Amino acid sequence: MAGDDYESHEHDVLVIGAGGAGLRAAIEAAAQGVSVGLVCKSLLGKAHTVMAEGGIAAALGNVWPEDNWQVHFRDTMRGGKMLNNWRMAQLHAQEAPERVLELERWGALFDRTKDGRILQRDFGGHRYARLAHVGDRTGLEMIRTLQYHGIHQGIDVYMECKIERLLKDGERVCGAFGYWRETGKFVLFKAKAIVLATGGIGKAWKITSNSWEYTGDGHALALWAGADLIDMEFVQFHPTGMVWPPSVRGILVTEGVRGDGGTLRNKNGERFMFNYIPEFFKGETADNEAEADRWYEDKRNNRRTPDLLPRDEVARAINTEVKAGRGSPHGGAFLDICTRRPADYIRKRLPSMYHQFKELADVDITKEPMEVGPTCHYVMGGVRVDADSAAATVPGLFAAGEVAGGMHGANRLGGNSLSDLLVFGRRAGLSAALYAKNRGGQLTVDQGQVEAVAREVIAPFDRAHGENPYALQAELQETMQTLVGIIRTESELREALGKIERLKARAVRVGVDGNRQYNPGWHTALDLKSLLTVAECCATAALERTESRGGHTRDDHPYTDDQWGKVNVVQRLEGADLRLRREALPEMPAELKALFQERK
Amino acid sequence: MIRQPAGAARPPIAAAHLRTDAWWVLPVTVVIVLGAFVVYSTWAALQNAHYFFAPYLSPFYSPCLSQSCLHLTFGVGLPDVSFPIVGVVSPAFLILWGPGLFRLTCYYYRKAYYRSFWLAPAACAVRDVKRAYTGETRFPLILQNFHRYAWYVAVVFIVLLTWDALLAFRFPNGFGIGVGTVVMWVNVILLAAYTFSCHSCRHVCGGHVDVFSRAPGRYRVWHVLSWLNERHPTYAWLSLFSVGLTDLYIRLVSMGIIRDLRIL
Amino acid sequence: MATVTMRVFRGDAGGGSFKDYRVEADEGMVVLDVIHRLQATQANDLACRWNCKAGKCGSCSAEVNGKPRLMCMTRMNLFREGEIISVAPIRAFPIIRDLVTNVAYNYEKAKAIPPLRLKPPEADGTYRMMQEDIDRIQEFHKCIECFLCQDVCHVIRDHEAHKKAFAGPRFFIKLAGLEMHPLDAADRTPFVRREAGIGLCNITKCCTEVCPEHIHITDNGIIPLKERMADSFDPIVRLLRRFRGMRKDGA
Repeated sequence: MAGDDYESHEHDVLVIGAGGAGLRAAIEAAAQGVSVGLVCKSLLGKAHTVMAEGGIAAALGNVWPEDNWQVHFRDTMRGGKMLNNWRMAQLHAQEAPERVLELERWGALFDRTKDGRILQRDFGGHRYARLAHVGDRTGLEMIRTLQYHGIHQGIDVYMECKIERLLKDGERVCGAFGYWRETGKFVLFKAKAIVLATGGIGKAWKITSNSWEYTGDGHALALWAGADLIDMEFVQFHPTGMVWPPSVRGILVTEGVRGDGGTLRNKNGERFMFNYIPEFFKGETADNEAEADRWYEDKRNNRRTPDLLPRDEVARAINTEVKAGRGSPHGGAFLDICTRRPADYIRKRLPSMYHQFKELADVDITKEPMEVGPTCHYVMGGVRVDADSAAATVPGLFAAGEVAGGMHGANRLGGNSLSDLLVFGRRAGLSAALYAKNRGGQLTVDQGQVEAVAREVIAPFDRAHGENPYALQAELQETMQTLVGIIRTESELREALGKIERLKARAVRVGVDGNRQYNPGWHTALDLKSLLTVAECCATAALERTESRGGHTRDDHPYTDDQWGKVNVVQRLEGADLRLRREALPEMPAELKALFQERK
Repeated sequence: MIRQPAGAARPPIAAAHLRTDAWWVLPVTVVIVLGAFVVYSTWAALQNAHYFFAPYLSPFYSPCLSQSCLHLTFGVGLPDVSFPIVGVVSPAFLILWGPGLFRLTCYYYRKAYYRSFWLAPAACAVRDVKRAYTGETRFPLILQNFHRYAWYVAVVFIVLLTWDALLAFRFPNGFGIGVGTVVMWVNVILLAAYTFSCHSCRHVCGGHVDVFSRAPGRYRVWHVLSWLNERHPTYAWLSLFSVGLTDLYIRLVSMGIIRDLRIL
Repeated sequence: MATVTMRVFRGDAGGGSFKDYRVEADEGMVVLDVIHRLQATQANDLACRWNCKAGKCGSCSAEVNGKPRLMCMTRMNLFREGEIISVAPIRAFPIIRDLVTNVAYNYEKAKAIPPLRLKPPEADGTYRMMQEDIDRIQEFHKCIECFLCQDVCHVIRDHEAHKKAFAGPRFFIKLAGLEMHPLDAADRTPFVRREAGIGLCNITKCCTEVCPEHIHITDNGIIPLKERMADSFDPIVRLLRRFRGMRKDGA
């Protein structure tokens, strides 16, 4: 056994990932009375959910009584360029309000309306002010609430523990094998059901709002275990990330800045978003500054400001302005709230943005505009799941949150992520618990599988003078940034795939120094495998989809193609080969279709 | 159960601290300033003289209650009582315990002297000098929790000193304002600011409420007191200087070393 | 670009020492950037915990020139040119390796805290809270759990024996947030006094000084808790409360 013993734990349900979705899944599974293990790569409460700023989209109707789930559903589908799994979008819109109220009953403190209900804020692509929020640190509130509720539910939490591979007993999953990051020792989890809630893949790009954890572990684990991935070509570049200083390039600037009145300008002071309103959104978007400014106060009689178009539109617009030489000094656009809102209002509504710019960039956002530019933020694609149960195509495997695909289609609306985590986190936890209860037979783990993984994991230590893992990671990020970025073309995608192929070959020869105790070089080396896998999936799918839609823009196919609007790109591993096929979207029932006829 | 495996001993770093800045400046300053005040006020209290110059009364000797007092706070004098020891030496000792206790148990001064005199800790991330430490869990430090009673007493003193300040307009030849009047008013305002910015005050007057929207009056009071409370340390120092300087001013005038100027 | 000297602690519980590294630092860099550059170029296995690099997750706590700080929020231009910058792990907790410590203590304390006990809802089945009811607790909820306050608190840092019966600043504000929560029905007074050991705090305010979120831990959290403890034995307050309670019941 690769030189040492390993500890072993057994649970009915094992949840991998302790962000919003993972915690919500674990809480729900524990509520069903099964034994639950929760594994996280970082410390509990540090997951990427804490970075979410703007809010949780839920049609509570507290600010605009006209709002309801149908409107939210419609916004979500239109934002996703109709490529969403309609059933997921429907469940999401229907259940989000209850999930938010539940958080409040667990102690969350959202900002309030005058009559003591949850205040909601404007966000891109949402017809009404819909995001329940706490200033600009909603994700923090959410994860703390779930964390402190969760620790009293009898869940076993395994912190700083990384899962390397899912284990299978025939077709079904039966466990997971990994190591403690702190000691480097192996650990085996036997589990009847496994929920993946590992988040996204943003670390494959150079300029990203994502932390080191976002290496696509869950996507890769699922793929290696034989599950399907869908929509991997759709990656969201958030339009507003910091661009200066270089060391903080990519750190997120919340959409709440625009929701609360901020506007984008180019170096000539022009509000350029008025020049980028696509046909699809013309009916609901203001075409002059006066109407756009009135909209913040009066949504019934005015159309939405183009600053709050869906993220893909805004990101592309900034990209175009910069390329045309109208960008800010450090190659972004200006985001101006200081001339539009009073300083006190800004500090109250956007405290952490104020703090972030003050401390990291020496910019006082109540006095100066921010400089912002697109940053890799979210992957819409992920593990293909059943809408109601969150079950993946492998029995016993479930997925929720960013790692799951389908919910957001070609582009996610801001605020829909936190609600997605809650709605489908709960559903995944519930289904996994029920599956575990009904699963017959013994949990048997094949020693051969375990030992093969163990050997692979410690192999980098035998290659003291192998490839530098940091250098390989940086090369991959550079490749994805330049060749599989916001705007893509066939030749660049092919070039990217070639480079990824070569990097894969080099990754096999990666070597590390030191020992297994908390060794970041080793951790980086191990994360490379999943990072390369998801990068390949993304580039392959992007090459396949010969149209532009949402988070996938092809320079060589600049228009939306209706035929492509009816299919998902589905990927699966067959042997060692990544197979790809197109599958028709599930048909939306007539009563939901009718929602799109009413108002264009 | 939350599991994280390794780690039993602290980092093997021997140094008591790794700070490179002049962290010791603050505690040393506090020792010097507080020490100077204690020395001066004790000396002044021991004098039992030169605490009055019509119509000014030193705050160290207010209220003036007994017949032998030079300036009767309430017009009538109580019969002289000879208190054992302290009272005989100077009536100031019968007075100073009140404001003294308020400052001694004040949350801000506690921070200041625990750091500077106790060295627990002398500065942040600098190792405590003493090994044994029980915080405020045992007698006598557990009594620090009675700070609010000292506050009740301090409020009475604010009333008395305000009365003194009013009397400071009443010169032998009628209404007037002298530099001493201004000094006494500045002093009483700073002392009031210090007293009403007190943490206990903030709690008792509103902070104890759990649902503010059901107690709008107390919420408003709490809101104002919170604003003051943020400035509590500033008022603590300013009022300390002002009370000492007020005594010094009246003392010097009374001794004839300086002359009080009439403004009006 | 300038070359700086970083004096980084390398080692584990078995022993270790500070090691000097010369490394390039670019404009706008923070200490964490320099540490990452060290990892990528000179010390692949230098252990350091981090996540968001934007001051939001509270993972990269360390002691820079002896002061507890988030490495990601400590800009290099804070230091004088030529100054040697020491980076040590947070010293109040057991070391794992290099700059990484085991902070399990904090998770144990968190778990011991009695959770929110929800009041019954309003007549219409909903819960209502006004902004003024939650303003002061929202300040506590800003906590990113970097545990710098726990690290700097001398009760935890210098008096190992007290660790058992002392929650520390982070959890005092957690407790204060629950005690002041408008929807909470539980009374944690005995817990705060005994298990959380609030009497051990001598309000020397280092927790507030190091808090990267600028939470007024002492003034708004710990002292109000101490005052709430005092309420329980203050006869005047008790009398007033009883009187007020009677009036309310009578109305």
